[in-house]
Parts: sequence; structure tokens; C-alpha cells
Amino acid sequence: MALDSKVPQGPLKDKWTDYKNKINLVNPANKRHIDIIVVGTGLAGGSASATLAELGYNVKAFAYQDSPRRAHSIAAQGGINAAKNYQGDGDSTYRLFYDTVKGGDYRSREANVYRLAEVSANIIDQCVAQGVPFARDYGGLLDNRSFGGVLVSRTFYAKGQTGQQLLLGAYSAMNRQIARGKIEMFNRHEMLDVVVVDGKARGIIARNLVTGEIERHSAHAVVIASGGYGNVYFLSTNAMGSNVTAGWKIHKKGAYFANPCYTQIHPTCIPRSGDYQSKLTLMSESLRNDGRIWVPKNLDDVKLIREGKKRPTDLSEDERDYYLERRYPAFGNLVPRDVASRAAKERCDAGYGVNATGEAVYLDFAAAIVRYGTEQAKVKNIKNASDAKIKELGKAIVKAKYGNLFQMYEKIVDENPYETPMMIYPAVHYTMGGVWVDYNLMTTIPGCYAIGEANFSDHGANRLGASALMQGLADGYFVLPYTIGDYLADDIRTGKIPTDTPEFDEAEKSVKENINFFINNKGTKSVDSYHKKLGKIMWDKCGMSRNAEGLKEAIEEISELRKDFWKNVNVPGEANEFNEQLAKAGRVADFLELGELFAKDALVREESAGGHFREEHQTPEGEAKRLKEFQFVSAWEYKGEPKDAVLHKEALEYENIEVKERSYK
Amino acid sequence: MNLTLKIWRQKDASSKGQMVDYKVTEISEHMSFLEMMDVLNEQLVNSGEEPVAFDHDCREGICGMCSMYINGEAHGPDRGITTCQLHMRMFKDGDTITIEPFRAAAFPVVKDLVVDRSAFDRIQHAGGYISVNTSGNTQDANSIPIAKEAADTAMDAATCIGCGACVATCKNSSAMLFVGAKVSQYALLPQGQVEAADRVQNMVAQMDLEGFGNCTNTGACEVECPKGISLDNIARMNRELMKASI
Repeated sequence: MALDSKVPQGPLKDKWTDYKNKINLVNPANKRHIDIIVVGTGLAGGSASATLAELGYNVKAFAYQDSPRRAHSIAAQGGINAAKNYQGDGDSTYRLFYDTVKGGDYRSREANVYRLAEVSANIIDQCVAQGVPFARDYGGLLDNRSFGGVLVSRTFYAKGQTGQQLLLGAYSAMNRQIARGKIEMFNRHEMLDVVVVDGKARGIIARNLVTGEIERHSAHAVVIASGGYGNVYFLSTNAMGSNVTAGWKIHKKGAYFANPCYTQIHPTCIPRSGDYQSKLTLMSESLRNDGRIWVPKNLDDVKLIREGKKRPTDLSEDERDYYLERRYPAFGNLVPRDVASRAAKERCDAGYGVNATGEAVYLDFAAAIVRYGTEQAKVKNIKNASDAKIKELGKAIVKAKYGNLFQMYEKIVDENPYETPMMIYPAVHYTMGGVWVDYNLMTTIPGCYAIGEANFSDHGANRLGASALMQGLADGYFVLPYTIGDYLADDIRTGKIPTDTPEFDEAEKSVKENINFFINNKGTKSVDSYHKKLGKIMWDKCGMSRNAEGLKEAIEEISELRKDFWKNVNVPGEANEFNEQLAKAGRVADFLELGELFAKDALVREESAGGHFREEHQTPEGEAKRLKEFQFVSAWEYKGEPKDAVLHKEALEYENIEVKERSYK
Repeated sequence: MNLTLKIWRQKDASSKGQMVDYKVTEISEHMSFLEMMDVLNEQLVNSGEEPVAFDHDCREGICGMCSMYINGEAHGPDRGITTCQLHMRMFKDGDTITIEPFRAAAFPVVKDLVVDRSAFDRIQHAGGYISVNTSGNTQDANSIPIAKEAADTAMDAATCIGCGACVATCKNSSAMLFVGAKVSQYALLPQGQVEAADRVQNMVAQMDLEGFGNCTNTGACEVECPKGISLDNIARMNRELMKASI
């Protein structure tokens, strides 16, 4: 099947408006007869569910957690971008579009990104109307901060808990519709397959995670909003339950999977401490507004620090290497995430890592504390303030800005980051790749949509900070509700979709067979042991830098591991009960397939772009080297084993932006 | 360190539960409490036993899913944290640790340490929202200035993660800190004024219907709240309720 992105004709800035003017609409009376399934209740799924229900559709929403409020969007810290230009610093829709395309290393679709930038301002208005308590200045107006890869302040925030506040906003909008009966909420339910009838997505098979019951749910359209697949690495900043299963099941039924190798490794996470580690914790990018990143200049100092004979605070300014400021004077500590992560890896690989594992760099707030303290002393008219007083005043400001992050760090590491620099290291955080969708956010299965992190559409090869929240809410509040209506306009006479059909029988049967296999296998190795092995292969060979040899090994090793899994996996307990191991076995089975496709995609993409860094393709300075012949989206069609997947290319054309070398120097 | 764990095991909602003893060895002080539980579960799976069911997800203290009652305290002996943020450095070699689910009539046990907190969701359905549709043409976000102090206080209330530690801690199993936090967030913002009276009345009515107890001002909830939600929110909710009823 040829890929058709369905991007509307006309000038970039008019495409979305013209599109909305011309699409088919469903009248309110007819919406009452149309059902929509939404899988996932994070920012994308939650906002979509609420908005579709407000419009009058009957929504069935599914979450594997015990409440929609617990989806992992809740953990997003730093902020949400919007082209409001409240700071008068030259921001505009075009500039947000430009920054996003450039930040994504020219690997995203122009029309989608422009639409995202266009609706960004509406998101802030909507959230404020919902009662989201964004940070404000003393005049009562909204405050902004800066994020990486941009030269304006367009990030709105609610302390270090912006994701939480936005998700609770979407959750509150959902609650209003749940109360009206327009959303039927299925908590502790996991989608295990999509049901395709006459070529259209018409329902799902879900497992009740409390009783183990397998359920059939039908609808006129199915929306996948299940987030990213970062947990293929085992260790990531994702939640423990985050998984690719919904996206992978639709892939197996005909949805193409795009750019799986585009993964974001976030530069500022708390370094790992031992083999028992179950997850990694992010320290918001917003910290790079005020924190300076460095390692010692001399290897002798590194040695003494690792041995505990010297402390970072003992090193003078001359003895420190602020390597981001040195290498990228224009953007300094606020370079984009892929650039910052690779720079940290480069220093640590060269032996400058500052903790026992050699995988940590410093994020230092001492200068910011003095800067804020000096300013506060002036504001408070304190003459000749002592150093101690200045520090005290400065710490109060830093605490107000990042208090919860500092507390989180202190609880995990047992060190006080106000006094000694934080130690950080890159970790898997977000996946730009995902289910391929057209301009309508529809996958290659008619009637099946993918929104938020689950799709591939807007971030190209690297996502800028504070843009994930923007995309999730843009898709759910302002894009999907229009595009899905255009499709559903043909369904007003269809009537309720029956679930007693051969298609549902078949899907349920295969789900049940899979579950019975796990329960009856009685193997010797735990699910987690496979997940950890997969994660290690992924991190070592498909991590921050990749090469052909390693990727070929990864493909072999993952394929072997998958065979071993299907032979020897041990899942205790019963099918018809609350059984976390069983749920996890199904998720790991899908990761074991995705991981191989991931490596294959990375092998085929013989260039470096954004988060995908091929060692064979770098400039003499070690920067990513993009190649014109790879200016396309890789969309993979499922054909059985991952090695048999067929590549389809969607050419990317840039008519409104000049494709240049991406420089932050 | 080596530890003895006394853990509540209960097959499902209708079965009777009991405390069961387990031993874990070579636990690092840098592990989180849930990583210690992972070690135990891996041990149980490998010896053919059923692992202990517990709720957890983000493991960074924000999703509100983890819910253990450890040595008689919700989220364990540290302050200002959830169970997933509790670290083993709070314990010492040879300790016996008692681990129970959050207990309240309104939070029935699902299995082992997992409880059903859907009562919290139902309270939110009753009024935990501002009635505004998504349209793309609401007024500009800066058209109503909000005093920084009001915005900050609303934010402090809004940081509630809905974990239920307040209920588990309270001798009356009261949910007033949880409900107070949501009522306060909206009561402090201009956007929340229009529906303020209905909201507080409906949410409190649902809270009572769910079987949560009343507040007797012991303040234990505030002490155990991982997000430091202040008792002021309960006072504000009572004020709002009073205002709504006259």
C-alpha cells in the first residue's frame, strides 16, 4: 500500500483552517449513535475522551492503572510550550514551527508541525479556563521559562509538576463527562487486540486486570493513546507499566510502525546506582535554565573525587570544564537534549565521569544561587549583604522554582543539591517514533487513530523540551475531534457494531490462547529476567550511539532471546485473577518483537539524525551528520517476524523552511 | 542488610487475609523500598510461589498509585514521600518490617496490598471540575489576572496525588484532606467561583455516601501526606460548605 499523508493543499498557514472548513461534520443527534474507544488516559487520551464526549459521542476509555489520573503524563515536570509571545521576545507560530522542525533535525512533517504550533496557544487558554494553576508573576499574569534548543521564553509551567496539573485538568474534564454518562471508564483494563471488520477498526479485546476476564468492546472508531515504548530498554524514566502493546497489536493487524529507532535519551536524569535498579528518575530540563553542567578538567581530580578524597566544591573555576558552554557558546547549557546527552557521554567515555560507575556529570546551582541572592539583596535593599546572606536569599529563590525536584533528588541520592552539585547522566525518556499516522492522525487501518506519544508525527528525530505535553493536548483537544468527525460522518447509519461476529471470535480466541500459553508454560526464567536482558542489548547496541556491527548483533541477540522467552518463560498464578506477572509477560513479548524492528530500523538508517546517532556518520567535531537521501519517514509493514518487515518510505518535503546544518554553536 | 518482612496476603476481595513472614537478604541501603519488594517477588517467582501484589507505577512519587502501610505508617517512616520514594537506608540490618495495605472501609482490598480507591474518583465525578467545553475560543489566558499568592496557594492544594494516605492514616478514615484540596484549588481561582456552591455540596455528599468518616482535627493526615497538603484546605472546605448552605 502506498503511503498517503493526506496533507491538504494550499499555503502552510491556511491548510488547517481550510481543512476544517471543508470536512464532513456529524450532526449532534447522530453523534449520540456513534461509539469511540480510547485506549490510554494520559494527556492525549484524556483530552480526546473528554472532548469527544463533550461533542456528544459515546466514549469508552481504557486505562491499565486504577484511575485515569495516574497515566504517566502526570510525571512530566518542566512545562508546556505555546506560541503566546507574552514575553514580547519575538515568538510566533512560525518560530515555534521552525524551532520544532529544526529541533527534530528535519525529520518531521511540515504541515503537522505547523498545525501543532497553530493550536498551541489555545491549549493554554483552555487549561486556564479549566482551573490549571500555572505559575504567575506578581502582576497576576502567566510566567514563562526557557527550554532547550530555542531562543525565546515560551514555556508555561506549574512548578516542577506541569504534567500533573495538565493531566488533572484533562482528568477533571473527563470526570464531568463520566458523571454525565458520556464516558464509560474502564480502569485496570488492558487492550490486548484490535478487531478489524471489513477492513475497518471496529473494536478491541481487553483484559480486566482484576478478574482476568476477557472482554469484547465494539465501536465505530478506535483511538490509541497509549504513550511511548521507552521501556523496551527496561530502564527508563517511563512508568513501570508503560508499554507498547496497544501500538504493537495494531501494527500486527496492519498499522505501519514509523521510525522506531528515534528515541530520546534525556540528558539530566539521576545516574543508576546498582543492578537492582527498577527505573530511572528524570530531573527536569528546566533545571538547565539555572544549572551549569561540568566535569573536572583534570583526570587526577576525577580520580580523587571518585575515591572520595576531594569534593566537587573543592575545585576552583579554572579546574572545571563547563563543556556545553565551551562547545556551544550560543545555546550553552540549553542545547537540545540529543546534543546535551551525547556531550555528556563523550566526556564520560573519555574518563571524566564523576561517580563510581564513571557515568555521571555535575549539574551545579552555585552560580545561580549567588546570582539570585545578589538580585534579592538589591530588591530587599540589604546593603553589604554577607556571602552567607546572599546564599540564603538565593537558595530561597531556587527552592521556589525547583523545590520539589531538589527534594526528589535528595530523597533518592541522599545528598543536598543546594550545597553540592547534582550528579546526572542521560537516560531513555521519550520515543519520537511510533505508529505511522496521516494528517488526520489515522493509522493505515481505517478507523484506527494514534495520538500523543503513541504516534510518530511531530517531533522528527528529536523532541524539544516541553513539546510532548503540547502535542498530547493538541492532538486530543484540538485535532482529533475534527479529523475523526470527518471519518465518522460515513457511519451515521451503521448502527451499533455487534460483538458476536467471527472477527471478534477470532481475536478473542487468539488472545486467550496467548494467555493460556503463558500460564501453562511453567518455564524456568522470570519475565523480568528477559526484560532486563533485552534492556541491556538495547542500551549497549541501540543506545546513545549506534554502529552497523552492533546493530546486526542486536538483531541476532534479540531474535535468540525471543525464542528462549517463548520456550522458558515462567508465569506464576492463574489467568482468572489479578496477576501482574501475566500482564507483564504479554508486554515483554511485544517489546521483544519491537526491539528487533528498532535495531533493524537503526541499521537501515545510514545517517545520523537527532537522537539517532550512527558512529559512521559524524562530522569531524563529532556532531550528527544528516544525509539528504534519508529525508524520509521509515514506515514498517508487519509481515510476521520483525526481520521480514517491509519498509515503506514517506518522502519529507520542506517548502517553508530551509533545510540547513543543525547548529547550536 | 537482611530483613524479615511481615506482609498481608489476601487472595482476593472475598477471601480472608493474613500476615505471612518472608526473609530477604543482601538488601542494599541504596535500594528503594519497592526495589526491595521486587527482590522478594523475583525470589518468590523463582521458587514457584505467587509474588506479592502491590500497586505501583511511576516510581517517582507523582502518580499516587503506591499505597503501602509500613510499620504502622502510610508510605513508611520517612516524611514528604510516597512508598516508591522510600529508601532502604531508613532501615537497618536485622529489622522486621510490617507491610499492610491502606485500610479503610471505603478502600476494599483487591488483592494482597492492592486496594480499590475508586471512591476517590467518584467524589471527583460529583464536582471536581469546572464546566468548560473544549472549543478553541475560550478567552485569552491572561485576560483574568490572578494574584500570585492565590495562584500559588491553589497550586499547593492541586499537588494532591490522590494516593489515599490521608484516609489510611486517619483514625476515622476521613477523606476531608483529599476533598478539601480539590475544593480549595477551585475556590481560590476566579474560574472556579461560578459553580463553587454546588461543587462543595456535591463532593461532600458523595464523600459521605462512600463511607468516609468525619474529621476530628487530629492533623495526622497532614503529617503523613506525601505532598504536604495543608489542613487549611479542610478549614477552607468547611467554610465553603457553610457559605453554600446559607
